[in-house]
Amino acid sequence: MISNWKTPRGMSRRHFMNHMAGSTAAVSAAMTMGGAIAANADQMRRERKSAIMLWMGGGPPTIDLWDLKPGAPTGGPFQPISTSGDMQICEHLPMVAKQMHNLSIVRSMSTREADHNRGRYYMHTGFVPNPNIEHPSYGAVVAHELMSQRPELEIPPFVTVGGASAGPGFLGMAWSPFAVTSSGRIRNLDMKLDGSRLRQRMAALQEIESGFANRTRGLPAGEHGKVLKKTFDLMTSSQMEAFRVEKEDEKTKERYGTNGFGQGCLLARRLVEGGVPFVEVDLGGWDLHNNVHQTLSDTKLPQLDKAMSALVEDLEQRGLLQDTAIIWMGEFGRTPRINQNAGRDHWARSWSCVVGGAGIKGGLAVGETSSDGMAVESEPFSSEDLMATVCKGLGISLDTTFMSKNRRPMKIANGGKVISELVA
Amino acid sequence: MTPASIFNLRLTAVLGGLIAVMMGGALQARAQSVAPPQIAMINDAIEQGWADYEITPAKEAADAIWCRRVFLDIIGRIPNLEEQQEFASDRGGDRRAKLVDRLLHDDRYTEEYANHWATVWTNLLIGRGGGMDRRDLTNRDGMMKYLRDSFAANKSYDRMVYELVTAEGATKPGAAGFNGAVNFLVGKVNEEKAVLAASSVSRIFLGQQVQCTQCHNHPFNDWKQQKFWEFNSFFRQTRALRRFVDGTRDVEYAELVSEDYAGEAGDPNDALVFYEMRNGLTRVAYPVFTDGTEIAKSGYVDDVNRRKELGRLMLDSQSLDRMAINRYWSMFLGYGFTKPIDDMGPHNNPTHPELLDNLSEAFRGSSYNLKDLITWITLSRPYSLASVLGSNNQIDDPSIGETPKFSRFYLRQMSAEQLYQSLVSASGGNAQGTYEQQEKKRRDWMRQFVVTFGTDEGDEATTFDGSIPQALMLFNGELTQNATSIKPGSFLDRLSQSGRSARERLNRLYMAGLSRTPTKRELALAGELYRARGGKEIEMLQDVWWAILNSNEFIMQH
Repeated sequence: MISNWKTPRGMSRRHFMNHMAGSTAAVSAAMTMGGAIAANADQMRRERKSAIMLWMGGGPPTIDLWDLKPGAPTGGPFQPISTSGDMQICEHLPMVAKQMHNLSIVRSMSTREADHNRGRYYMHTGFVPNPNIEHPSYGAVVAHELMSQRPELEIPPFVTVGGASAGPGFLGMAWSPFAVTSSGRIRNLDMKLDGSRLRQRMAALQEIESGFANRTRGLPAGEHGKVLKKTFDLMTSSQMEAFRVEKEDEKTKERYGTNGFGQGCLLARRLVEGGVPFVEVDLGGWDLHNNVHQTLSDTKLPQLDKAMSALVEDLEQRGLLQDTAIIWMGEFGRTPRINQNAGRDHWARSWSCVVGGAGIKGGLAVGETSSDGMAVESEPFSSEDLMATVCKGLGISLDTTFMSKNRRPMKIANGGKVISELVA
Repeated sequence: MTPASIFNLRLTAVLGGLIAVMMGGALQARAQSVAPPQIAMINDAIEQGWADYEITPAKEAADAIWCRRVFLDIIGRIPNLEEQQEFASDRGGDRRAKLVDRLLHDDRYTEEYANHWATVWTNLLIGRGGGMDRRDLTNRDGMMKYLRDSFAANKSYDRMVYELVTAEGATKPGAAGFNGAVNFLVGKVNEEKAVLAASSVSRIFLGQQVQCTQCHNHPFNDWKQQKFWEFNSFFRQTRALRRFVDGTRDVEYAELVSEDYAGEAGDPNDALVFYEMRNGLTRVAYPVFTDGTEIAKSGYVDDVNRRKELGRLMLDSQSLDRMAINRYWSMFLGYGFTKPIDDMGPHNNPTHPELLDNLSEAFRGSSYNLKDLITWITLSRPYSLASVLGSNNQIDDPSIGETPKFSRFYLRQMSAEQLYQSLVSASGGNAQGTYEQQEKKRRDWMRQFVVTFGTDEGDEATTFDGSIPQALMLFNGELTQNATSIKPGSFLDRLSQSGRSARERLNRLYMAGLSRTPTKRELALAGELYRARGGKEIEMLQDVWWAILNSNEFIMQH
């Protein structure tokens, strides 16, 4: 149950332990093995897919961004503008408008969870919360399914920037999101110890770990060991360069926007380049019960416009967009009706998400809502459907079934149906 | 793997009574004659569940493991070597009862007891992020001070709840009219019609989740939208006022006050609120308690102080008792009688309904004495079991979604605060500075694990959840650096000069961290480390101590 730390392949743990005391043999053996793996990496790199989720914490008013209702009493003051795709979007997203041939809007999202926690869970997992089972989130599922494409990856396969994302559920702690700030700085990474001594300490630690796990035979004790291994891998890996977003040139930083979300999107691109299969970047502050339109035009939309357009453009220019899915969403939309505080409240019945990249077609607006935005007037889509569509775009089989800890089979994306307009 | 020669000592009772007790295994008779009857009540109900499911419980946990457990749960840290020794050398059959009594009632633990429970409740009441931002109206020190004073004086639970719900005054210690209890609600009343105040009070103290019902009828329980706004009406006289530093716009502190409320129709004699249903119709609500009890409709504070009325009604409500029992049970046993613990009601059947009822009644009968409740739970049989999943109770695994049957002690990770206190204590209790300085240090350390979700409701999560950032902190963080220091006067330095042999020192090290002695293999590994360190024993001890502190066995409550 407990994995071996850096035991080179083909070497038994006992053999490795014998090397352990005071020698550096184990270190050099491990390095040799690493080189052998690298030879295959080029081919792997060509095939590998990734996903970046842009999470709009608080619930964005999608009626003001992606599905405008100019002239309707619910419409608000913003005007629509043309885009490079086959749809119009908000005038305060002019740079994103130039990228819309790469992105599609699903305008007929219709969900039932209008509480922040429940909505966050549902949109991240495709399942409604259930006290008896924890479902794995997007990041955990995608990382879990795409890891076989990158055996050389030593850094966490699921990174969340500036937020907490949602957990790995029954897939276990080894798939939990690795949370960093948009600066990419990671606390406590310094070893302050020479490599061989650290390895010796790890061997002593492993002895306690496995002894305890074997004695108690409980899941949490064993999961701990897997996380320790990942931590050790990460500390000793040169792939950590991917987190050093400060190494980007000033022009690029400027293009993404010199704020947390902008730098977070830039970090996401670096991480995907570095082989990380799933990155979530959070932009909070969408819970606009008051003064929604001024907040949007003053702060939220300019920030989003810069960062989101830069990300799509940059990925495309680097040839990464065809293998990188983009998912833009929050926990729900907001009421078409504008309340007495010039705000919009929680609303899940009719709202929009945006997807693109990887195998997902861009330039389309799928589905439609009524003239006041209060109802979906075409086939409604759910979190499950969106997730199934993203999985399909990433080449993950929708027949994939997980076994929960209590031996209940769970279909990937909760058996959602693919939005056929968006993937071939 | 031959142990180095220095470890080839015969196992002698180098630690005296300590090892003898550990090897002795399970304890036998406790002082049943003087035990409170509530303990037998718990045992009978839980044992009945085992019989019903035909499962056999785990064995009793070893004394030393139980001792570690009860220190962590009652005062928030592991016991040091001297404390373990004190417990081990008590040969009486009632030594467990005596230890619980010491932790709860002995003056030397009052401060740690109060501090631990103040921390737990501060996190519950205002979150880990509450009062951490300078613009925040909530004053974290004020919240902590009120709770520390309350727990130190063993204030009854009902009185504490009443004070928290009805408090008026200033948030900041030292300010005129200071009342730390106001910090619970001060950040929850000004925004969005005090929705957060209503949902927090009902969830935390009554076990009723109502936050969704502000917008629509609850899909699963019998809370209707009407009921939410009726409950919310109790908080509408309440305002949080900013008090500024003279001549500036910097908020110095806030004051929670009750003001006359004119209602949304502008008539204080008939102070009503409006709410909008999903179909667009508007309805009216007045303060009505969850059980249907109405109070006067006047908004004048002199006529009726709505929060005081609410406090009074809550004290009469059985939901108050049941929520307290469910919460305390889950804090000690790892799972409550319902999942989640703060969503109780007819829609969510408890696993042990009779026990929940009876304990609730007993708690009320003890005048809400929290120390009595803690005594009953910690001296009960389910709390004393080993944390081992056996062949005869395999179905008892709530971590995979089974209902808890409490036939073993469920493993759980220490909280970040418990880990912090344990590391400080395990490093030889080198807590330096005043309470304020120590508290500031602890808070700065805690800050790294808090993540917020960017919603108006202040939702947050912790990355102290067994994932990589936590592991990195324990590998390399300052806290571990300090704990494993070998500077003169440090814990390891003092340890290395104690005892008669390296074997004895290793025994002490394992006892200090894990409340057990090392296995043969662990001794052998220590021998290899000793050689790798060129015969410098203190460096070997440092390596072993680092491994202990990073292990699952250390970080788990087990």
